[in-house]
Amino acid sequence: MYAQMVKSEATQDDPEKLAEFQARIDRDEKIEPKDWMPEGYRKTLIRQIGQHAHSEIVGQLPEGNWITRAPTLERKAILLAKVQDEAGHGLYLYCAAETMGVSRDELTEMLLDGRMKYSSIFNYPTLTWADIGAVGWLVDGAAIMNQVPLQRTSYGPYSRAMIRICKEESFHQRQGYDAIRKMAEGTPEQKKMAQDALNRLWFPSLMMFGPSDKDSVHSAQSMAWKIKINTNDELRQKFVDQTVPQIEFLDLELPDPGIKWNEERGHYDYTDPDWSEFFDVIKGNGPCNTDRLAARNKAWDDGAWVRDGLLAHARKKAAANVAAE
Amino acid sequence: MKNEWPLWEIFIRGQHGMSHRHVGSLHAPDAEMAIKNARDVYTRRNEGVSIWVVEANNITASSPSDKGPLYEPSESKVYRHPTFFDIPEEVGHM
Repeated sequence: MYAQMVKSEATQDDPEKLAEFQARIDRDEKIEPKDWMPEGYRKTLIRQIGQHAHSEIVGQLPEGNWITRAPTLERKAILLAKVQDEAGHGLYLYCAAETMGVSRDELTEMLLDGRMKYSSIFNYPTLTWADIGAVGWLVDGAAIMNQVPLQRTSYGPYSRAMIRICKEESFHQRQGYDAIRKMAEGTPEQKKMAQDALNRLWFPSLMMFGPSDKDSVHSAQSMAWKIKINTNDELRQKFVDQTVPQIEFLDLELPDPGIKWNEERGHYDYTDPDWSEFFDVIKGNGPCNTDRLAARNKAWDDGAWVRDGLLAHARKKAAANVAAE
Repeated sequence: MKNEWPLWEIFIRGQHGMSHRHVGSLHAPDAEMAIKNARDVYTRRNEGVSIWVVEANNITASSPSDKGPLYEPSESKVYRHPTFFDIPEEVGHM
């Protein structure tokens, strides 16, 4: 989802300890920061939570792009609140990752130099206002599919962060659907923009769930550890089933001619996204990869004097307090 | 850690006279900024009316391996719970 293709780390720990750890997870006990955990569990989770956090932060960029150009003051206030939430979600998740012994600066640096990834979806541009509606509706909608089950994940701090995030995420999806509905019910030109946004963002949204289960090599260990709850294909199918009626309500055309109700399966059939495009975007060749990383690097570099200045001030004040005592 | 801001644990008291409750953590250069940041990160939807911030370094926590000695003794003391005692129905509500 926001964390795609997270590589599971092999673990070489004492088999007895491992069995005890697995038994705790099977009993639905939460694992807490100071508890013993296998090295592979720790490393995999740092990667997964970190990737999730980076996605929340980078995800502000395509939406921030439209804050100054929102069509009304109300839409602008809503979008501003939504983007602020994304920053908050990133912060909750970074803190959860930090409980596993990685520092915030290390995580940030790994994003900035490309050692850690963020979701492929944020490498696509938001070309029109209708895209902002489609992002909230489809991208946040897809994220919710994955995040709701993750509230039950085995790692306590991660689970608690997901609970906070899910509480706020429903606002994101609903404001998006509301914005695109206005367009779909508007003038023919506006409706065309809504259709175009849906067409362009449909397959990238399906890619958010990651490659098909048959090509997904990292699932089994993560599912045993309950840091992944459903398979990629399960969640993707659920997303399609939920979204098709919402498209029909908007009276927009389906973005994929392959979408057909399959009576026998009780699900919609759909066309698989072009996975070669997905792997290309992950590798750094999507339409916006360079821009996104450049924007994050610039923000980090430009903010250095603020971070250093505030810390220097705090140290000086603390020293003065000690001297006065 | 070169110049990383310290970590603060954030506690919020909700609307209805409950105790402050731990809600999460954040980085800030000092206590004053920690409160300002906590207001933005943890109270965007009327979650609270009061914020406490404590630098994470200053918290001493019990260790998971002490679970047995610390908490097992209370398991055998069922008489500490009111339901341990049968009160005859004739006595009425107690």
